[in-house]
Amino acid sequence: MKKIFTRPEALKDAPNHYCPGCGHGIAHRLIAEIVDETGIREKVIGVAPVGCAVVAYDYWNFDCSEAAHGRALAVATAIKRLRPQNIVFTYQGDGDLAAIGTNETIHAANRGENLTVIFINNAIYGMTGGQMAPTTLVGQKTATTPSGREGKGHGYPLKISEILSLLPGVCYVERVSFQDPQHVLKAKAAIKQAFLNQIKGQGFSLVEILSPCPTYWGMSPKDALDWTRDVMQKEFPLGKIK
Amino acid sequence: MPEKRILMSGNEAIAEGAIRAGCAFYAGYPITPQNELIAYMAKNMPKAGRVFIQAESELAAINMVYGASAAGFRAMTSSSSPGISLKQEGISYISGAQLPAIIVNIMRGGPGLGNIAPAQSDYFQATRGGGHGDYRLIVLAPASVQEAYDLTREGFALADKYRIAVMILGDGVLGQMMEPVTLAGKNAGKPFPKRWALTGCKGRKPNVVKSFFMAEGGLEKANLDLQKKYKIIEKKEKRYEGLFLKDAELILVAYGTTARIAKNALFRLRGKGRKVGLIRPISLWPFPADAFRMPGRKARYLTVEMSYGQMVEDVKLSSGCAEVDFLGRSGGGIPGEEEIVNKVNRMMI
Repeated sequence: MKKIFTRPEALKDAPNHYCPGCGHGIAHRLIAEIVDETGIREKVIGVAPVGCAVVAYDYWNFDCSEAAHGRALAVATAIKRLRPQNIVFTYQGDGDLAAIGTNETIHAANRGENLTVIFINNAIYGMTGGQMAPTTLVGQKTATTPSGREGKGHGYPLKISEILSLLPGVCYVERVSFQDPQHVLKAKAAIKQAFLNQIKGQGFSLVEILSPCPTYWGMSPKDALDWTRDVMQKEFPLGKIK
Repeated sequence: MPEKRILMSGNEAIAEGAIRAGCAFYAGYPITPQNELIAYMAKNMPKAGRVFIQAESELAAINMVYGASAAGFRAMTSSSSPGISLKQEGISYISGAQLPAIIVNIMRGGPGLGNIAPAQSDYFQATRGGGHGDYRLIVLAPASVQEAYDLTREGFALADKYRIAVMILGDGVLGQMMEPVTLAGKNAGKPFPKRWALTGCKGRKPNVVKSFFMAEGGLEKANLDLQKKYKIIEKKEKRYEGLFLKDAELILVAYGTTARIAKNALFRLRGKGRKVGLIRPISLWPFPADAFRMPGRKARYLTVEMSYGQMVEDVKLSSGCAEVDFLGRSGGGIPGEEEIVNKVNRMMI
C-alpha cells in the first residue's frame, strides 16, 4: 500500500505540551515538512525562543540552539556568518521578537543577514499567563490590561513587519494566518519562500503568522480561529508586505 | 635570532593574541577605554578571514558570541565596566550552556556611568558571577602588555578545555599603555573536538545547545555537573606570582596594574631592609589560596587595589587572617608607590 501521509523526518515522535487549539503545533509541523521537502534537515540549525515554544528543539529532529529572551537573531547572526553553508532560522513569538528583542530584530534585518524568521503573532504572552504583548489589540483584555488595552498609555499594536519592510536589508516579509486549512497551506507556501530565499542567498526573510491562543484569549479553539479571521486581521492585514 | 619584539598597547595585544589563538568571531560595541581593541579587530579580523561585527548593543554582542561558540568556533567580545554589566545576561546563558568564550573587561570607574579613568572595582562582579545562577568564570588578570597577550591566548585554550567563559580582567592603564611584546606561536593549544557544536546533524543525532532544564531534577543535575567542573578548575588552574615570601613579615597582595606599583614599593622597602613580600594573583578565580597557606608563615597582609577593598575578603578567606589591611583608591585615583611605602612603614614600626 502506498503511504500518502506521514510524520516528516524533521519532526520527532514526541507528544507536545501545547494547549488544544494552539497554533505552535501547526507551525512546527509546517517547518518540518519544508525542511524535508527542501532536503536541508542535515544542515538546518534552528534557534528557539523564550516563550511557549521554548522547547521547540524537543520536537524538531535537527540541530537547535536556545537563545535568551529576544536574542535569537543575535545568536542566529553569528551562526550563519560562521556557517554560511548551513540554513539558519529563528522561531520567535511577539514578545520575544517585537518587545524585548526589538533591537536585535531591527538590526539583524538592517544588516541584511541571510536568515529566515518565523514570527508567531498571537497577540499575547502565553508562557507567563496571558499578559499584554506588543501586538495585543486595542480593547483586548489581558492579565496586565484587565480593562482592555488602551493605545495611549499601553501602546498601540506594533506592526513590526511593516516597520521591517522599510529596511533596505530586508528581502521578503509576508503576513499569513492559520484561520482555516486553506490559509494554513498559504502559510506553508510563504514559509517555504522564506527558506528558499536563504538557500538562494537573497537575505533577510520574515513570515508573520497570526496564530490562535485559545487559552489566553478565553475562547474555544474554533472561536479562536474565527477571531484571527474576523478581528485580528483588521489590525494585521494578510498578504505580502515586501 | 631573538624573537622580534613590537610595541603595542594592552588592548591591541589582547586583540592580536586572540587572532593568533584562532579566534574566528568577534563582536563588540564601542566604549572607552577599550576602543583600540574593537578597532584592531575591525581592521585585522577580516584580513585574517574571520568574522567581525560591530553589534547594535552589548547584549547583542554577547549573544552573538553565544551563537558563534554554539556553532563550534572560538569567539570573543570586549567591553568596559558599564558594558560588562549589560552583558551579564549573556554570560549567565553561556555559563549555563557550557559554552567556551572570551570576555575582555578593561575596567573603568563606577558605579553607574562613573568615569573613564582606570579602576579595579569590578572584582566582585567578575569573581562572584555578575549574572543570575550558580556559575563561575575563570578570571585572568594580566599585569603587563606581554602578559595580556599571553593570557588571552591561554584563555582560549582554557575556555575550550573546560567549556567555560574566561574573563580577561584589565584596567584602563593596562589597556592603553604601550610595551614591547613578543608574539610567539600561532595557536593557543591543540584544537579541541566539539562534538556538542551545532554543525547540522549529518550522520549523527541532533545537537541542542541550551541552559533550560525543566524536567524534574534536570537543573539540579546540570548544576552539580557545573560544580564538579569548577572543583577541578579550582584544583588545577590557580596562578600567581610570589616574591620574597620566605621571610616576609608583611605581604602585599595586588593584581594587574596595582601589582606593578606594589612591586616597585616592595623593592624600595627591601632596599631599606624591610621584610616585605608580594603575592600577585594572576587567576582571580580560582583565587590562588595556596599562596596564602604556607606552613609556619606569620605574616600580615596588605591588599592594594583600585577599588575599596573588593579583594580583601578573598585574602581573609585564603589566609585565615581575620584582620587584613587595605590600601586603595577608586574613581580616578591610583594608589602610589609612596603611599604604599608609607603605609608599610607605619604598619611595621
